[in-house]
Amino acid sequence: MNLPVTGEQLTFMALAGIAALMAVGVVVLNNPVRSAMCLVVNFFFLAFIYFTLNAQLLGISQILVYTGAIMVLFLFVVMLLNLGGKQIFKERRDFKPILGMVVGVSLFGMISSQLILPMLKVDQIRADNAYGAPQSIGKTLFTNYVWPFEIASVLLLVGIVGSILLAKRRV
Amino acid sequence: MGAPAQPVLQSVPLGWYLALGLFTFITGAVGVVVRRNPVVVFMCIELMLNSVNLTFLAFARYSPTVVPGMANDPQTWMTGQMMVIFVMAVAAAEVAVGLGIIMAIFRLRNEVDVDDMSALRG
Repeated sequence: MNLPVTGEQLTFMALAGIAALMAVGVVVLNNPVRSAMCLVVNFFFLAFIYFTLNAQLLGISQILVYTGAIMVLFLFVVMLLNLGGKQIFKERRDFKPILGMVVGVSLFGMISSQLILPMLKVDQIRADNAYGAPQSIGKTLFTNYVWPFEIASVLLLVGIVGSILLAKRRV
Repeated sequence: MGAPAQPVLQSVPLGWYLALGLFTFITGAVGVVVRRNPVVVFMCIELMLNSVNLTFLAFARYSPTVVPGMANDPQTWMTGQMMVIFVMAVAAAEVAVGLGIIMAIFRLRNEVDVDDMSALRG
């Protein structure tokens, strides 16, 4: 069997195709709830692509953090603002979508021709197979990256307090 | 180091992952500029952050950071994944604060249209 694409490449194409289609759906669809649903599917398939990159822990945390926590936050805000009901935005029918598409396609062509075409030949995996395992990530996170980890925890605390202050009617 | 994981998708070149990341990033960037709904603008920012995460992971697998003098150190494989973890943490904080700001603006002005918001003070 000497197919031009292997089964693994077909698997990647299927995952990446659905992810890219859903990314377009987030931008194109008018209803924010539909955009949020597209984003959920996109995050899910991105998590599967993380699995194919042997980054298992990050794929699982992608599902937990993004599709679990962040998307629930988005849907809560859409629900509270009632943007999905009668108040769906009328996107203006002007030059902006067409101009955006032109800019996007030209940017994609420019960057991919300069940066991605040379990378197409790179297919040798250099990292260890267990580099995405929880053991190695935890070991690195708590030895070499312990100060950034602490700073991230402080940032999350500030974010929690700040969002409570913003959301309260009066302090 | 850990349980032996089977390598998967070995025949996919690095450029394919980068192409997907670039496509998602540009889709998000165009969406930020084109859309008027602030919640959808935030979703597009999330798309961009995720595409950067994908690029980090792809580079971490195919060409790890080469630190002079420690080429075979396992730590050099982990740099990309550490960046992804911190990007996720920062994205979570950013979404919480940003959606709080949208709620505050909605309460103040009863409408949220990105094109009409130009004042920094209420």
